[in-house]
Order: sequence, then structure tokens, then C-alpha cells
Amino acid sequence: MFFLVIKRILLGLITLFIVSLITFAGVEVLPGDACTTYLERQAFGEALEACYQRLGLNVPAYERYISWAWGVLQWDFGYSLSGEMKINEVLGPKVKNSLVLASASILIGIPIALLLGIVTALWRDRLPDIIISTVTIFSMTIPEFISATLLILIVAIWLEWLPGIVIVPTDATVSELLPNIILPVIAISMIMTAHMARMVRSSVIQVMASDYVQMAILKGVPYWKMVFRHVLPNALLPAINVVALTIAWLLGGVVVTEVVFNYPGLGRLVIESISNRDLPVVQALAIILASIYVGINLIADLTTLMLNPRLKSLQIKK
Amino acid sequence: MDSAVQTINNLTIGFTSQKGKQISILKNISTTIKKGETVGIVGESGSGKSTLALAMMGYVKHGLYTISGECLFHSNNLLKMKNKDLENIRGRKIAMIPQNAGQSLTPNLKIGYQIDEALKLHTDLKKEERDKKISGLLNKVRLPSPEIMAQRYPHELSGGQQQRVAVAMALAGNPELLLLDEPTTGLDVTTQAHVLELLNFIAKDTGTSMVYVSHDLGAIAQVSDRVIVMYSGEIVLDGPVRSILKNPIHPYTFGLLKSIPKLTSPGLPDSMSGSQPQPGTIKTGCSFYERCNLAEDNCKNNSPTLEYIDGLNTSVRCFKYKELINVKETNLDTVKSINNHVLQNEILDISKVSISYAKQKFIDQLLNKIDDSNPTVQDINININKGETLALVGESGSGKSTILKSIAGLLKTKDGMIKFDKDKVLSNDLKMRDPGFLRAIQLIFQNPDESLNPNHTVEEIVSQPLRLYFGLKGDELKQKIIEVLEKVRLGEFYLTRYPRQLSGGEKQRVAVARAFAAKPDIILCDEVTSALDVSVQAAVLNLLQELKEDFGTTYIFVSHDLAVVRAISDRVAVLYQGRLCEIGPSKNVYQLPSHPYTEVLLGAVLEPDPDLKPKLVAEDIVEEKPPEKGCSFQGRCPRILGDICKNEVPPWQIGENGNSIRCHIKVEDLKKQQNIN
Repeated sequence: MFFLVIKRILLGLITLFIVSLITFAGVEVLPGDACTTYLERQAFGEALEACYQRLGLNVPAYERYISWAWGVLQWDFGYSLSGEMKINEVLGPKVKNSLVLASASILIGIPIALLLGIVTALWRDRLPDIIISTVTIFSMTIPEFISATLLILIVAIWLEWLPGIVIVPTDATVSELLPNIILPVIAISMIMTAHMARMVRSSVIQVMASDYVQMAILKGVPYWKMVFRHVLPNALLPAINVVALTIAWLLGGVVVTEVVFNYPGLGRLVIESISNRDLPVVQALAIILASIYVGINLIADLTTLMLNPRLKSLQIKK
Repeated sequence: MDSAVQTINNLTIGFTSQKGKQISILKNISTTIKKGETVGIVGESGSGKSTLALAMMGYVKHGLYTISGECLFHSNNLLKMKNKDLENIRGRKIAMIPQNAGQSLTPNLKIGYQIDEALKLHTDLKKEERDKKISGLLNKVRLPSPEIMAQRYPHELSGGQQQRVAVAMALAGNPELLLLDEPTTGLDVTTQAHVLELLNFIAKDTGTSMVYVSHDLGAIAQVSDRVIVMYSGEIVLDGPVRSILKNPIHPYTFGLLKSIPKLTSPGLPDSMSGSQPQPGTIKTGCSFYERCNLAEDNCKNNSPTLEYIDGLNTSVRCFKYKELINVKETNLDTVKSINNHVLQNEILDISKVSISYAKQKFIDQLLNKIDDSNPTVQDINININKGETLALVGESGSGKSTILKSIAGLLKTKDGMIKFDKDKVLSNDLKMRDPGFLRAIQLIFQNPDESLNPNHTVEEIVSQPLRLYFGLKGDELKQKIIEVLEKVRLGEFYLTRYPRQLSGGEKQRVAVARAFAAKPDIILCDEVTSALDVSVQAAVLNLLQELKEDFGTTYIFVSHDLAVVRAISDRVAVLYQGRLCEIGPSKNVYQLPSHPYTEVLLGAVLEPDPDLKPKLVAEDIVEEKPPEKGCSFQGRCPRILGDICKNEVPPWQIGENGNSIRCHIKVEDLKKQQNIN
């Protein structure tokens, strides 16, 4: 099992390496470069040369890749074009803000999803299932930019309970952020929760129909004990990977939702830097998002490894 | 009646069909289970035997409900009981041993925990006492080193061990009644014999009443005092085991016993025509009317009742049972012996074949080399003559299906050569094989549910080999399809049907038709009758034999069932751990002296006769890998000589009957030893 863990981690690192190559190459093959974009009409002659000199663009591509990659490993992404600021200083607070938003959605979304999934499975085809299933299918099919807009309309404009858009500075503290993120969190977690609840429901139903659950009933195990000891551990195991995929999907959802709510996070930075053709920032964002994606999937894989007795026992045999 | 543990009165269980009709699965069942008695419930799939067993625990499957009647445990009706009260009876008073222990043990919980759970629920023992009891129970079901076993997860145990754990779990609450739902189906023959012997011991030791549900009359004969025969949701015969199996007075039971191949009277058994009616299709009359030899008009219009016959202590549901009372058991043995026209032409020559499942490492893959000094199948040498039926027998893991797959080209061989028709070498790679060879060798699979495409009609299924190998089209194709279907006794009527609309026997006939449509020289049969009911099995065996006699086809027949193999084959090869142990004409292989493994297998065969007990010669250990060197059977051999068996591969010896035995013990010595025991 030790080898399996090492293998998974290595595979994750290789994936990241390939991603970094692709993002670097992608920026490289685009017509024009950082200096021509930055200098616009003045991009010729000495000014261009000076810019190349300053940004280090006059050395071969592989050397630039190595020095960039080395910098990334030390949380140094170079300079942004627009403000000539160090990118990591721009990124830092935005990453934090996005993480606050995402983790709040996960912390609220996952338990609700589990609860709904289990309830719908145990009360299958009865009233609770029918109501919850209808609602989840609805919230699954409405895209987040529409549900976010509707939420602003109803809660912020008609009811005036919560602010409709977020007006806090980028470096706001978590406590300043909290009241502002309620609506974004609801918008993000709606789709995510619905997806996960459906998945958990079908997994629990499948396990409930298994021979070992019938056996537990015939052994005289009380209902709720059976659910907790015999059903859930086996039903939730395959759900872990789906949860990881959903969380990874959530990164994209965050981007859209942040724009709708004017939230000072990574999402808005992604949109801004792409429209400004601020290539170093785009490059940095790509590698950060990829790392998060790979990381979450790695954690999910390792959790499954830990919890599945079939895989755990490889350790004993080896 | 104070000694009754369970009394069932007029129990009818059924479901409501989509058209709103009430359809019964169990009809008017009444019976009593006495204290200390073992009752066998036997019937083919769909006869309602499992539904009845579950009802005895007050459990009715999702979708079914009790229409009328009651199921009394002492004097409480389990079917009307609240869940809370049932929890106190299940596991404590009545315990269940499930069919497939592997799937009935919760995968994420250790064996010890699962037994402990039952103990916690049903006894007042303290932690240390329970730990001791767990070891005691595991010991009682004869599992080695109980303390270590308790720490294992279900998947770390072999099939036989899992079944033993299920028995231990059921015994945890000291139940008054044990329900066993096909507890040995799916186990290897030797393991099955051991588990049955254990169950017999437990019944005697604890005095528990048992209800043993099975389709296997052989297993029923070994454990039961009384036998209930079910057909189409009704009890058709109920009486002492000897009278039921030796003088069955219901025509269904009579036919069922006749259709089982037996070692004592080799040859193809008689088959029963037709199949069990679907629930809800019989309106009036006897449900067995369609298939009965003795049926008359009265049987069609009036339903017989279960009638108790004093002299025989038996209840029977038949108007004409008197005609069977005087039919003695010898009349059961109306078997046809097979008569194969074997030519002296060699059609397939398997020489020095080894097959490995070892996964190639990345580097080895690049160098295209397989590095496995101990392959799954090794050193197989068999010649097969045209028109012959050769059987490969052995327990699971013996490599018999692996060899078939290699002949078919589905698996690459590591070493050796397979030659077809004297000198044509069959390529290792399916893609490189000549289409002519592909046509010449056809495969029939074990489970027709999985080998027939559910989205194709019978016509499409059978048309494929005809189009592929013979390029037939249009009317000609259709004509040919009908011709092939008629050969397997399915008419034109079946053309537009889908596999799901066919019964198990019909599906396997379609699979046979598909194989024969290619006009093959060799047909590989991989456990073709294992998934079928006995009466259907007999029909398929007879069909295969007739087709063979018509076309002169050669069969390679893989099976774990020694009686079936005896019935159909000319020659038998016995395999253990991918190595040949013995090969020879079937009648000689089935006679002693033989290889110690053949002896073990023969001893474990269950005959549907309570007076023939299996002989348990060797331990039922499961070996995961063949030994590195020496004899493949050294780990379990009851007659092991010593170091020579562990170090040297045994030589082939020719027995006096013409069978070849691969053993270090001299044939004369084997003869002496095996005659003594």
C-alpha cells in the first residue's frame, strides 16, 4: 500500500509537470508576447529591446521555462504586466478570498448532500423522496449564473435581507467577508449539493438491496444500527471520488459566481487578466487551479485507499 | 403438536401485476417443522422455495406481500409481527445461513465484529466472554487459528471459509431453527461435502431444527430427515427422505430424479420436456399437467389436493400417484449410454502448453517477454480425435476454462503449440488466425444470460455466424436460420424473440444453435449446464449428444460436475492447479486405482441417495498458487510419500485400465492403498 500511495503522488506530480508545460507552451505560441502587449504601439526598437531585457524574454524558451518553474516552486510567479506588481502579492489575498468562499460552500454543501441522499434513499419512492428529488433535479438543471441572479433579485432587491453585491476590499478579513458570502455560497452549493445527493441516493439504494444488508436484517440488527454500520460505510466509499470531482467542478462555478456577485476572488482575476492579456497572471492562475484540481483528486484517492478494506489489506500481504 | 417449532398454515404470498391482477408465488402452503428435525425443501428455480424460507423468518421481499395464511413460530405469527419484535427473534430464535456467504458478509467489517454483533444482540455476555465465544464458534465450524480469523475481512477468506463464518454467525444466538438457503451452491465439490458434513454434525450436536433449501437432490439426500418437494409455488410431495428419493410417488419428483446423471449408472439421463409454468398462468387443474406423462383429462380440469398416505407417511398432490407406488427404484435407471463414432484422426493436438496470467512489467512488455517460472497452466499434452468428447474436470482454479480459452484463441499461450487437423498450427494471436480455423472452433459459454446480446433477437443472434462465415443473405439466410433453430428444437416462432423472453433452457439452446450454425469441427463447452436446472440440464445434454451424432462434431467439455462428465464423455482429463493429474477413458478414470486427487473428487460426489455417503479423504484447503516445484497436488494429498513429492514432478504411469496417472506412487501400491480404505 505504501507503494500505491507513492505511485499516486508521483502520478499527481507528473500531471502537474505536464500541465505547466502546456500552459507555458500555450502562452509561448500565441502571436505576440508580454512586451508587445504591454507597449502596444511603442513596441519596436529600443523600447521593445529594453522591455525584453527587463522581463528576461531574450533568452531561449527552455531557459525561461526552467527559471519560471523554479520560481513557481517557491511561490514566485514573476511580475504582472498591468501594475508591474509581483504576482504573488496580487494573488495572495484573492486566493484566500476564493478559498473562504469555496470551503464555506463545501462545508455546508457536503453534509446537506449526504443527509438528503440518505433520506431520499431510505424513504425511497415515498413522500420525502419525491419532494427532495424533484427539488434537487430542478436546482441541478438551473445554471449558477441564473440562480445567482434570481437570488439577488429575490433576497437582495425584493426582500432586502442581504447585500446583493459584495463591496469589500480585496484584503478584507474573514469576519468582514462572512455576511457578504451568504448568497454566493447558496448559489454555488445548490448545484453541487444536488449532484452529490443524487449520487449518494443511488449508491445507498444499491447497498440496501445487497445480500449482506438482507443478512444483517435477518440477523436481527436494529434498523438504524444496520444503516450506520452495514450500509453507509459501503455506500459512501464510491461516493468519495464523485465528491472530489464535484469539488473540482466547483472551481469553475466559483469563477462565474464571483463575477455575478462582484466578489474579490480568483474568479474575477481570471476574467480580468484574460481580457487584459496579462499573460504571466493567466499562466500563474492556470497552474494554481490545476494544482488544486490534482490535489483534491489525490486526497480523494488516498481516502478511498485508507477506507477500503480490500486495498488496505494489500499492506498485510506484502 | 407441542414439539412443533414452526407451523405454517395456508400461506399464500404474491404480488400485484402491472395489470392489477393478484398473482401468487406461494399457494396454500401448510407444513410443520418439528424440534430437532432437518427438513429439505427442494425445487427448481422459480418454485418459490426461497420465498418460503424467508417467510419462515417473517421476511417478505420488496414487492411481495402476504395474501393469506400465517407463519407461526411457536404460537406467534411472524408475518403480523412488528419489526421491533422480529429483531428479537431473528438471529436469536431463528437464524439464516445465506446462499452466497461471500456477498452476505458486510465487506467493511471484520469477521470477528460481525459475529460479535450477533452475540451482543442476542446474549448478555461480557466483552471477554464474547471474545472467547467467538473463538469457540470459529473453532466449532473448524476454521484454523480462530483468533487470527476473527481479525480478517470477508474478502481475505476462501468461499468455503466464508460459508463456515456464516454458519458460526448463525449459531451465535443458539437458535432453535436454522434456515439454510442453498448454502453449498457455488462451492467446489470437496468443499461442499465438507460443509454438509459440518452441518450434519451441528444438527446432531446442538439439536437445532434445520430447514435446508436447495435445488440439489444430492445435497438434500445427505442432510435431511424429511423432504418437501415444491413445484410452481405448491408443495407436491412431503415425506421421509428415503421414501421420497427411493420411491417418489409424484410424477414431477420421479422425472426430476430420472434426469440427474449418476455415477452409479453412467449414461445420459432421461429428460423431462417443457418448463415450469410462469406464476399466474395456470388457471385450473394440476400445475404439472403440461409436463406429466401420466396426465389425463381430469388433471387438466381439477386441481389435486395434498393427500396424506398413511402407509408411506407421505403427502402427495397427484390424482395418479397409485401408479407410481409400485414402481421400484431400479426403474429410475433408464439411461442411454453414449455411442460416439470416434475416428482415429487426430483433430487437435495440444502439446506442452503453458499459459500465464502474470502481468508483464512495462520493460518486459517492450521486450515482448513473459517472465513467469510458475505459470497458471503448465505442460499440458492432450491429443483429441475426431468425433470424440473429451472432458476436463477439476475444481475452481484448476485451469480448465483457461485451457479452453487458449484453444479458442482468447488467451495467448506462453509455451507450447496447439495444432489443428494434424499439422496446422493455430496462431497464438486471434487476429492472425485464419477465418477458417475461427469457424472450425466454436465456444459455448456457461451463462446464456451473459453470452447472448440482450438487444438482439434470436434471428440476429443465429444469423451472425451464417453471415460472417458463409456470406448468406436474404431468404437463403432466413431459411438456414430456421433450419438451425429446428435442429435445437426451437421453431420459426422464436425468430423475433429476445433472450429475456426465453427460459434458461431455451436460451442455452439458442447458444448451441449459434455454435452449430458455423458448422464447426470442434465445440468447446464451458460449464454449459451449470447454470441450468436439473431437468433442463438433462435436455441440453441429450441435445448436445444428438447433434454430435448427426454432425460428427468433436467436443471439449469443461465441467466441475463429475456425474455430468461421466454421462457425456469418452475420455476425461483431471486437472489440479493447471497441471494434468490423470487422463484416460472415462469409465477407467472413474474406477480405482486412480490419482489421489481423482480419488478425493470421486469421494466428494453427492448422489441423490441418503445411503451413499461421501468419503472425505483430503482437507478442503484452498491453494492460491501452484507449488514452485514437485507434484501440483502435494499440498492436499492424503497419500503423500515425502520429499520426492515436494521436489520432483511425478512421472506418467499407465494404469492397468489404460488410464495415465501422474504420481510418484506405483500403480500397484495405489491399488492396494485405495482398496484398503
